[in-house]
Amino acid sequence: MKFLVRRFVHAILLLVGISILSFALLQWAPGGFFDSMRLDPRVSVQTVNGMRTEYGLDQPFMVRYARWIGSVLEGDMGFSLAYGTSVGPLLWTRAKNTLLLAISGTLLAWLMAVPIGIWSASRKGTWSDKVCGIATSTLLTIPDLLLALMLLLIAVRTGWFPTGGMISVGAAHSGFWSSAWDVARHLILPAFGLALVTLPVLVRHVRSAMIDALESPFIQAARGHGVPHSRLLFRYALPAASNPLISLLGFSIATMLSASVIIEVVLSWPGLGPLMVQAILARDAYVVIGVVMLSSVFLVMGNLASDILLFVSDPRIRVE
Amino acid sequence: MKRRYKLWLTLAVLAAFHGVILCAGFFSPYSYSTQDRALPYAPPSRIHFVDRQGRVHLRPFVYGLKDDPKNYGSYVEDFQQVCRLRLFVAGSPYKLAGILRGSAHLFGADAPARVFLLGSDGYGRDQFSRLLYGGQISLVAGWIAAGFSILFGGIIGSLAGFYGGWLDDVLMRGGELFLALPWLYLLFAVRAALPLQVAQWQVFLLLIVVIGLIGWARPARLIRGIVLSAKERNFVTAARAFGASDTYLLRKHILPQAYGVMLTQMTLLVPQYILAEVTLTFLGLGVSEPMASWGSLLSSLQQYYVLASYWWMFLPALLLIPVFLCYYAAADALQERVKSVAL
Repeated sequence: MKFLVRRFVHAILLLVGISILSFALLQWAPGGFFDSMRLDPRVSVQTVNGMRTEYGLDQPFMVRYARWIGSVLEGDMGFSLAYGTSVGPLLWTRAKNTLLLAISGTLLAWLMAVPIGIWSASRKGTWSDKVCGIATSTLLTIPDLLLALMLLLIAVRTGWFPTGGMISVGAAHSGFWSSAWDVARHLILPAFGLALVTLPVLVRHVRSAMIDALESPFIQAARGHGVPHSRLLFRYALPAASNPLISLLGFSIATMLSASVIIEVVLSWPGLGPLMVQAILARDAYVVIGVVMLSSVFLVMGNLASDILLFVSDPRIRVE
Repeated sequence: MKRRYKLWLTLAVLAAFHGVILCAGFFSPYSYSTQDRALPYAPPSRIHFVDRQGRVHLRPFVYGLKDDPKNYGSYVEDFQQVCRLRLFVAGSPYKLAGILRGSAHLFGADAPARVFLLGSDGYGRDQFSRLLYGGQISLVAGWIAAGFSILFGGIIGSLAGFYGGWLDDVLMRGGELFLALPWLYLLFAVRAALPLQVAQWQVFLLLIVVIGLIGWARPARLIRGIVLSAKERNFVTAARAFGASDTYLLRKHILPQAYGVMLTQMTLLVPQYILAEVTLTFLGLGVSEPMASWGSLLSSLQQYYVLASYWWMFLPALLLIPVFLCYYAAADALQERVKSVAL
């Protein structure tokens, strides 16, 4: 239990650190949201200063940070100057889309990676294993931006997939099942792209973990006792190989979050990524901080989840 | 023997590639900003050896382009104009690596035609020339940023490893903070802290510094590990007993053991930072027109009609794959070499 408590405290400290870091960066930022107003001759200096006072932008760092923490606890997460509402609701609608994309991407990636990795490990050294190795290392060198653009090119050229957005015009009011089908159709391409970005790393790790497990003495003993190959693979080797893979789950969430920004922007999926880019261009500080914080929370939660899974699956950690 | 070849082969390919990019002025037929407003989105030139009359030419040639009367916005070859391709033609002046002046280009087409190896963009600028010139920006960004990371990470890592104690704790916890954030979000957060409207070269420099500073944590960790084990070695203890100062120990005895790892990290970081520059510029947060970088070449693909109708605009993007492949292969070979030397 001590293991989990320590992990949890660590996660909270990490989040506090990240919030101070991102807050400090934006505090030092030269130029702010009202800078374009200053250049406008129709707006007087007093008005701009008055607005800055009204929104509390002239307060010192610690005061602003304390106020922001207070507003986070209320679920507001600060005030968006560009959208004129509190950041919280703005983030939630986008975060749901990003989560949908990231979860389906993760599922897709693991569903592809585990069988490929096991298959490739069980035929280690054969030509099919080598082909698989070459394919993964080639895929590894293709940057995610390029992958997203290629998918967009395919979609545009073939017309098989809808491009852009999340729902078709008029699909929102056509009943639950048909609109869910519509969203799923829009989801295919970005989720597949996201899965392809993490796939090579996952396949490599699954393969090496399985090879380690397959070469351990207890597997050889089981083989000597005449346990059938498939049972050996799935019942004996896979649980032994699962430990590093569960840690990898947390790591893959971090990759997903970074890659999803690019994929969302290129394939115009209405998630956190496009919101972030717009907020930077508009100098909407609290939205930027909000997106950074929210994605860190996802990341920390992913790591915590993989820690808990590890705790459940590996008796050695529980004994410590 | 084979491994040795692998390292030298990848290094040779990389060196040749960097040489071409560095001498972009010579290898590209036009300047990166030379426009031809009459030829927006021209397809890659077809290079012929046989003309319409069936005569075989020893010297390759291109036809001039004219508007397709049947199909608005596309071109057909004008068979009246046979324009030969020549080597070492005089053209727009340039500076090689910012020093050597010149106006000779490796190849070019006779007027009035233009040779577009990779087609032209919306302003009729040669994509091939822009690709080479853009490579200068992207590669320089990658190298300088990687240098910053290694320098910064090296200083922090060796301090943390050498002195240990609370300093080590603070620095490494800070590093964990930077490692935990998804790097793109972090890059965005730092980019948001920079002014949007500043001079172009300043944007470029800021971008490089930002990209470089973000990545300090990973090299710092690795170098800390090496310093930790190196400072326990007997000859270091001996040197300390002879009264060597801390800086002397670090400089002469400890850091030289980390050079191999630094070099390997550098080769791994350069492609990552090239990609970071490309991504930022692609999203409109990096270098801006008329400067070319690999990111700005890709950013035109954000427009739907470009992607749908002008396939050759995608060609520059494909160059990234072999470049990255070479870098990763070089890092791989270097790592093996470093390991075998250490053992």
